[in-house]
Amino acid sequence: MTQAPVMKQKLVIVGNGMAPGRMLEKLVEQAPDRYAVTIFNAEPRVNYDRIMLSPVLSGEKTYEQIVIHGDGWYIEHGITLHKGTRVTAIDRAARTVSTDNGLTVPYDKLVIATGSVPFIIPVPGHNLPGVLTYRDLDDVDAMIVAAKSRGQAVVIGGGLLGLEAAAGLAEQGMKVTVVHLMPTLMERQLDPAAGYLLRKAIEDRGIRVLTGANTKAILGEDKVQAVELEDGTRLPADLVVMAIGIRPNGALAKDAGLTVNRGIVVDDQMVTSDPDILALGECVEHRGACYGLVAPLYEMAGVLAKTLMNEPVAYSGSVTATKLKVTGIDLFSAGDFAEAKDREEIVLRDAAQGVYKRLVIKENRIIGAVLYGDTEDGAWFFQKLREGADIADLRDTLIFGQSFAGGTQADPLAAVAALPDDAEICGCNGVCKGKIVTAIQQNKLTDVDGVRKTTKASASCGSCTGLVEKLLALTLGDGFKAVESVAMCGCTDLGHDDVRRLIVAKGLKTIPAVMQELEWKTSCGCHKCRPALNYYLIATWPGEYVDDSQSRFINERVHANIQKDGTYSVVPRMWGGVTTPNELRAIADVADKFNIRTVKVTGGQRIDLLGVKKEDLPAVWADLNAAGMVSGHAYGKALRTVKTCVGTEWCRFGTQDSTGLGIKIERFTWGSWTPAKLKMGVSGCPRNCAEATVKDIGIVCVESGYEIHIGGAAGLHVRQTDLLCKVATEAEVMEYCGALMQMYREQARYLDRIWKWMERIGLDHVRTQIVDDGERRRALFGRFVYSQRFAQSDPWAERTTPAFDREFKPMADLSMLEPA
Amino acid sequence: MDSTATGFEIGDWIKIGVVSDIPARGARVVKTAQGDVAVFRTADDRIYALFDRCPHKAGPLSQGIVQGQTVTCPLHNLVINLATGAAEGEDAGCANRVAVRVEDGRILMSLAAFARRAA
Repeated sequence: MTQAPVMKQKLVIVGNGMAPGRMLEKLVEQAPDRYAVTIFNAEPRVNYDRIMLSPVLSGEKTYEQIVIHGDGWYIEHGITLHKGTRVTAIDRAARTVSTDNGLTVPYDKLVIATGSVPFIIPVPGHNLPGVLTYRDLDDVDAMIVAAKSRGQAVVIGGGLLGLEAAAGLAEQGMKVTVVHLMPTLMERQLDPAAGYLLRKAIEDRGIRVLTGANTKAILGEDKVQAVELEDGTRLPADLVVMAIGIRPNGALAKDAGLTVNRGIVVDDQMVTSDPDILALGECVEHRGACYGLVAPLYEMAGVLAKTLMNEPVAYSGSVTATKLKVTGIDLFSAGDFAEAKDREEIVLRDAAQGVYKRLVIKENRIIGAVLYGDTEDGAWFFQKLREGADIADLRDTLIFGQSFAGGTQADPLAAVAALPDDAEICGCNGVCKGKIVTAIQQNKLTDVDGVRKTTKASASCGSCTGLVEKLLALTLGDGFKAVESVAMCGCTDLGHDDVRRLIVAKGLKTIPAVMQELEWKTSCGCHKCRPALNYYLIATWPGEYVDDSQSRFINERVHANIQKDGTYSVVPRMWGGVTTPNELRAIADVADKFNIRTVKVTGGQRIDLLGVKKEDLPAVWADLNAAGMVSGHAYGKALRTVKTCVGTEWCRFGTQDSTGLGIKIERFTWGSWTPAKLKMGVSGCPRNCAEATVKDIGIVCVESGYEIHIGGAAGLHVRQTDLLCKVATEAEVMEYCGALMQMYREQARYLDRIWKWMERIGLDHVRTQIVDDGERRRALFGRFVYSQRFAQSDPWAERTTPAFDREFKPMADLSMLEPA
Repeated sequence: MDSTATGFEIGDWIKIGVVSDIPARGARVVKTAQGDVAVFRTADDRIYALFDRCPHKAGPLSQGIVQGQTVTCPLHNLVINLATGAAEGEDAGCANRVAVRVEDGRILMSLAAFARRAA
């Protein structure tokens, strides 16, 4: 008996999205003759790359550029494609599908890939013209048309899709507001820290972000006009995009009597409750999970193709990773990153670069990753996550990523040796490995300082010092002897720069945390390290860190200067050195009332009241506060004074309003804690009566603008300032001063004055960051302004706290007791 | 003067406060006829008392930074051992101790030092 030629089986596919597209690719490649394929696509199109919709919206790509399979592909592989044809019913008994244009097509195997439908919140007005979803090319076309009006758009939903839509619409010239129900953006993919960075980046694009905002109604007569929020806010809108989320589209399957929960239920072979019907993509529910990202859909496609070829296979679910497709924002998240008891985390933050990386580790395996600002290692972390790889050996350097780990090499020297010559070693100054090695060889360098001077590598934040040392060791062999970095104090072997870096890298937010994590050798530090740590934590985590007054030197704890006899001196702030008769009267009254022996004028144009008893301090402050004066911080590692001359208001040589500018600078910068004391001066002309060129930061006014000088000193060490740059306006002076102070606050070692820090990193480097790189300057300035929000409160005014009583009142008074 | 009415004996102790009156890693002052006494509380809640005068230049030790079982004088950074009163390291000198003990969180100070000095 001869076997009849095998008829090709009839395979019908409902839906022509990316998942069935990928599945067909596998099928035609591996079993081209097995099936006669018919596809129905409700959209009048071929298969296009749906995840590239955002670049189409923003105008970076066209539809033609995102087509995956053109018409030719279907013809070439003998596939029948019905575009713009919707399947309306499945007859499982007859094994046919019928369509909205009257076709009835038989199948042997049926694949359902109906995708998902956007979730619409059923608020009043949700069906007004001008309310769109963000799902397919039709939506994008409608948005591009609407954006031509350059009007206002409201995007409801601050998730992946919503933000991509918002960025695209802003790119198209619309004024966009994002309304998000949750407190932080993309809360399902990002932790709050990354959400915060993302929000800043989104807002930098001119997009307004409202979080914790609940949409109440969409208003309008015959088209949308505004969105009304629960709190009554009305946001005018010519276009509303709902991008809340998606839900699996299981309607067709449900009508056909298949098992459908949230999505169409499939087993590990992607087969539904009917053995001849399979399903994949966003419409399915597998082991209780539904997916909306492309990677798992592609995994399903591979499995389903194998099932159709009768090969044994099993899909076991996917771990998903997300990347935001907005140009200029690098963001990656994968896995599970909620905090829990049995989990540890490794965090790396680089505030200057806007980088945040967080790995969540459970039993030596990565289970979650969030990367912001630098996502290069996302794939590598994700691979380790999916493999469940044991990372114990890599742990110390894991966060620095694959290039640092150098594959599987555990020997750190070998890892550095394996780096290519163009691998960047110093991120601050953009110095690569090849340049450093060449410099070491040509200039016969023997130590890190030499490398710093010659190449600038490791000269800024210092976080690459370890790498530079390894390069020295590799290049010089035994000729290199690492100089131990000078330890902060006897409590640790780490130097100030290492400690600062690790506070940031490990996200340490309290002194006990620093001491624990950095393995302090003493139980609670000493008078050298504790004030330094307290400062580093304040400077690193403004608004978050709670000041530890017990780690402050007495002067900063009682806001006065201790004198040799244990009494204190008090200096009220005198903005720009300008006072009034009323202030002078109040000072005179205080001096009389509290028997203050010495009243003296200081070098910084203030009045010093010397010889105040500690218990009198609060009453002295109260009287000075009542006359409108606040603490002068004459006691602190902080902004001290801005000394001025009288400038154009009085002086016949004055070129600018130096007094007014000095007052403005002092009002802007007061209250800021700095690594060491910081004094400023503003002189109205180059005669320099305010002695600005021996101040930490000095401004010298000239006819055409303002010279900004830095790095002066006139104490134990006398040093004239260096000229940083010249600017034209007062506003620029403020921006440069704020940025300069912030850079110093972020980088210097505790107790180093500006000149010392500057000589270490080089004036050129300061100039590059502050003068040449406007973006960096504005970012530094922004962080300074943010930190000032928490710093500018008058310590004298905080006289009523319980801690305050403990500081100033004796615990007991036994002086009346008389001995026998 | 009736010594039994106002005077006190070497064995006398007087309550000066409770442990929580003093900030951890900090100090409070008790005023006495012989000058201020600094009462210290360490991070592990041990209580010590010294006359509030550094052996170097009489700096107020109560105003210094407390670490471990030592305090650093605010004037010139001498580090004084709280248990012995002696300067640590290269420095010389010893601050006068006052006996204190803690009962149920209450701090009791011995009056012996005052009695002896007055005698």
